[in-house]
Amino acid sequence: MKTVDARGLSCPEPVLLSKQAAQEGEFPFCVLVDDITPFENIQRFAANNGYTIDAKDKGNNEYEIIFTK
Amino acid sequence: MKKKNTWMVALTGVILGAAGILLMLKGNPGNMGFCIACFLRDTAGALKLHQAPVVQYVRPEIIGLILGSFLLSLGTREYKARGGSSPLTRFVLGFIVMVGALVFLGCPLRMVLRMAAGDLNAWIGLIGFVAGVAIGTVFISKGFSLGRTYNLRPFEGGILPVLQIVLFAMLASGSTLLVVSEKGPGSMHAPVVLSLVLAIAVGALAQRSRICQAGGFRDLFMLKDMHLLWGNVAIVVVGMIYSLIVNKFNFSLYHQPVAHSQWLWNILGLLIVGFGSVLLGGCPMRQLVLTGTGNVDSAITVLGFIVGSAFCHNLGLASGADAYEEGTNIVTGGGTTANGRVAVIIGIVLLFIIAIVYTKIQKKAAGR
Repeated sequence: MKTVDARGLSCPEPVLLSKQAAQEGEFPFCVLVDDITPFENIQRFAANNGYTIDAKDKGNNEYEIIFTK
Repeated sequence: MKKKNTWMVALTGVILGAAGILLMLKGNPGNMGFCIACFLRDTAGALKLHQAPVVQYVRPEIIGLILGSFLLSLGTREYKARGGSSPLTRFVLGFIVMVGALVFLGCPLRMVLRMAAGDLNAWIGLIGFVAGVAIGTVFISKGFSLGRTYNLRPFEGGILPVLQIVLFAMLASGSTLLVVSEKGPGSMHAPVVLSLVLAIAVGALAQRSRICQAGGFRDLFMLKDMHLLWGNVAIVVVGMIYSLIVNKFNFSLYHQPVAHSQWLWNILGLLIVGFGSVLLGGCPMRQLVLTGTGNVDSAITVLGFIVGSAFCHNLGLASGADAYEEGTNIVTGGGTTANGRVAVIIGIVLLFIIAIVYTKIQKKAAGR
């Protein structure tokens, strides 16, 4: 599964990288972030644009969002 | 979750709009209940980083915004010391943004408070702000990035927030090390405790909601997402209603408090602020709030704002409020300075250089 490593990037870059990956159409793919703000923003982006995701707070400032379709 | 978060942004805007008017009624300068640029400049003056006698006072609003965010992020365990994303470039961007803000006479927060009070110069300036955000968004979409941040030791992120406590202790104890203006905007201030308490509340809310003036328009352009923009809308609507109720609404280009009517420079000043804020990832208020969460890159940006504000007064770049022939709309003084106009042009050129260079660096790194 393709992984988009957006750790350490500030908003809106993680959302933009998620958007680009979604537009490429290779589902599922995984986005990694290490801050709550992009974690929330990516979930909002997915909800606004009809993507199905599985968002996990893995603790210790590690978050994973899997875009399934 | 989505709707709840949007309501939180709107609620932050409501409180900011109301607090902006209330603090003005309680003593802050006209249409300046809250202004990040003006208040950092005043604080720089109080610390004698510049010698402009009318704008020197440690503003508790700045202290409170950082501390509110700091305390909330500690409580919610969102506090995380991080930095290392092109820090010196961020300092320079902060410096340039401050030049634009002090040529316009206000940060984006004061822009919306001025809009709410009927100041048409701010509505005209909004054109520049939106244009600046749009330009910055184009570069972000093309891959502009200041690079990744890295985890730092927790202590590092707490330095600027803890310094705020020291600054407040100096202010509250009437330390003679601090300068306080005897006349002009620096001499006008709401009661210290009221300013501090409201700012702590706003800082905490702003951290919870992630409200950002530049982010509102950026997300609208880039993601067709209105979420953050509701904060701006709420500030203007609540500020306008409150201004009308207390008879402080003046729908005019003229006789606006601490403002000038040179439309071109209002537009270009705010173009710098919008463009620079998008490259920085957030408006000046957002940088203060992020500083409270342990973001050292934002802390360095805030230092860039402070140093930039001092240079603006030391080198005569900051504009002055319009002065009028009595009983007329004829402007007899104030406005931009020649140095300020040159600085705005240089600032715009520098922003384009930084944006182009970092977009190319990122493309090269990504092998595109």
